[in-house]
Amino acid sequence: MSETAEYAETASPGEGDAAPAASGRRKASPTSSWRSRLYRWDIKASPYVFVAPFFLFFGAFGLFPLLYTGWASLHRLELTNLDDSTWLGLENYTNLLQSDYFWNALGNTFTIGIISTVPQLAVALGIAHLLNYKLRGSTLWRVAMLAPYATSVASASLVFTLLFAWDGGMVNWIIGSVGIDPVNWRESSWGSQFAVSSIVIWRWTGYNALIYLAAMQAVPHDLYESASLDGASRWQQFRHVTIPMLRPTILFTVVVSTIGATQLFGEPLLFGGTSGSKGGADHQFQTLGLYLYDQGWINGHLGRASAVAWLMLVVLLLIAAVNLLIARRLRKAQ
Amino acid sequence: MRTSSRRSGRLVAFAAVTALATSLLAGCSSDDDSGSEGGDGKVTLNVGTFGVLGLKQAGLYAEYEKSHPNIKIKENVIERNDAYYPKLLTQLQSGAGVNDVAAIEVSNITEVVQTQAAKFEDLSKAKGVDKSTYLDWKWKQATTDDGKTVGLGVDIGPTALCYRKDLFKKAGLPTDREELAKEWAGDWDKYVDVGKKYMKKAPDGTKFVDSASSVYNAVFAGAKERYYDKGGKEIYEDSQGRKDAWDAAMKVAQGDMSSKLKQFDPTWDQGFANAKFATVACPAWMAGYIQEKTGPEGKGQWDMAKAPTDGNWGGTFLGVPSAGKHKKEATELAVWLTQPEQLAKVFAKQASFPSTPSAYDTLKPSPATKAYFNDAPITEIYADIAKNTPSAIYGLKDAQIGQSITDIGVLQVEQQGKSPAEGWEAAQKEIKDVLGQ
Repeated sequence: MSETAEYAETASPGEGDAAPAASGRRKASPTSSWRSRLYRWDIKASPYVFVAPFFLFFGAFGLFPLLYTGWASLHRLELTNLDDSTWLGLENYTNLLQSDYFWNALGNTFTIGIISTVPQLAVALGIAHLLNYKLRGSTLWRVAMLAPYATSVASASLVFTLLFAWDGGMVNWIIGSVGIDPVNWRESSWGSQFAVSSIVIWRWTGYNALIYLAAMQAVPHDLYESASLDGASRWQQFRHVTIPMLRPTILFTVVVSTIGATQLFGEPLLFGGTSGSKGGADHQFQTLGLYLYDQGWINGHLGRASAVAWLMLVVLLLIAAVNLLIARRLRKAQ
Repeated sequence: MRTSSRRSGRLVAFAAVTALATSLLAGCSSDDDSGSEGGDGKVTLNVGTFGVLGLKQAGLYAEYEKSHPNIKIKENVIERNDAYYPKLLTQLQSGAGVNDVAAIEVSNITEVVQTQAAKFEDLSKAKGVDKSTYLDWKWKQATTDDGKTVGLGVDIGPTALCYRKDLFKKAGLPTDREELAKEWAGDWDKYVDVGKKYMKKAPDGTKFVDSASSVYNAVFAGAKERYYDKGGKEIYEDSQGRKDAWDAAMKVAQGDMSSKLKQFDPTWDQGFANAKFATVACPAWMAGYIQEKTGPEGKGQWDMAKAPTDGNWGGTFLGVPSAGKHKKEATELAVWLTQPEQLAKVFAKQASFPSTPSAYDTLKPSPATKAYFNDAPITEIYADIAKNTPSAIYGLKDAQIGQSITDIGVLQVEQQGKSPAEGWEAAQKEIKDVLGQ
């Protein structure tokens, strides 16, 4: 580091000719030594200044909340009085691990995550494959794919709530016309989870399809050409060329969707209507995100809510680890 | 050549980003301005409310702005109190983003008085406030032991029963309000009996009530014993008032008399519009709601009778958070808004019942409201109920306990077909969780 600084200093304009005597002259002339020190400072400090905004923002909005949440999770901290907290140690965590509601929320998050992520990505892959063909008005189709994603969670959830209303909702009307009894979508256990997933699937499928489409267009065309020369059908091309080439992209969408599913909040909250944070009368679609909100903001137990947040982080890290393992396996298999 | 073109490209991008950032910042700062002082030197007062408080609908803000040319009033409404109240608490704790005037629901008032009093202005000593104009119990609810008043009473919720005359007629029931009131007077079981009669000949697709929770709340509104005793101890398990309300709700849920709609949900609104149910518990503030949600077709079809027991469901206070930017102006506004003559105007428009008895002689519902409820003597009914309402003890977590019972316990029986015992057990478990036990 100091060597580069020395070099830079000697190479600076106006001092180039005095290069050999540089170190001697620095002591002799205070002004030039001031300038050179400034220059060295500039070289050393500027990069830090340039990257500082990110770290400042990260510190303020990422690191500090994380640490503060950790601190809060070890205390009894009530929304009604933030100035007063009592040390509890790990009590919030042990309480949570003994709470039926927590395990219920964890289970719901998992099942809703599965039934929303898996069909979503599968359908997105199919749609992307279709959009990858030469189509008339392909831009229109692609924009249409993104329209649900651009809709706000609130309006989408509101519409789905009405569609899934047990009395007079369109879904029950349709299944009623083929002779199936109306389902109380919100209050039945699997019905509510299905309804919530359908909102997620509707909103995110197009988004993922576009990501896949972008990746598909990067697949070299001659691969398909040679495959078709070898007599591979469209489906075989899709299975043996497209999917392997898309593997990193698929992994990416799986990771992103998993994170999204773990943090699922807006859709079930709004689907639940009044007191939506309970996730139904039997907490049948209360996700971890809703449970956190219910503990912190409805019941006012911020300490417990913080503990939920940290446990959510642990869950995410576990999922990330599993993902990493699978990815490594896949790479080895290749 | 290539480098210079790349550089100019970068310059363009940089300029674009800068322009965007500046415009964003400008956008923010102009927002800030509207929060405090506009370019024209006006003071903007933010009033935070939940649901339909009626102050705006009755034209009070416009009137105040006219007489105070330097004031602009902005109402920030959040539909439901269960979303509004946590936000209010957060703002009070952080001192940031508080509304200059904040509405407080009666089920939260004890918690506010006991834990947030330091964060509110003392309105008992504000200029123009006359304690004697407010209902004594309403005043006490918002006042700390050492005499600090954190909120001035806006409305109270004397609770009647609203019913659809047309549906009652079709079901072969009497439609006269006096007759009905007499038929179920004094006992909610008699009301349930009327429900049984209704269900025998119910018009297609209709039920007797909107929800079992509505019945729970209506019965509980008249409870002498609520969730807490005088010392602030929870007694919800053995409270007679709670038990009566629960039993009535269970009879309705298990007798298949309810449309099973969750109150304040969009589907509940639709239920009003499509005339899906014949009765709804009708605190004064609900009357405005019914007019709004049923729409013009309901005019003259809705009527109002006294409920089996007199009670109070809901009501609101206006407080002035100390962290507000314009405390002086906000206090003046809050005081003015809760004067009897102003609350009488809200009653005329919205039927929300004033917490200032001195207004009662002058109360007149607007001709439209009166016609909507089939010319029912709205004022007399509500004033009579308000006089006979037992004084109630509210506790720290009234709102959350009530919500646990209706939205977990009652709903499990009503919609998931569980037994009352299972429903009550689930509610109890939820309450323990709420209280952090």
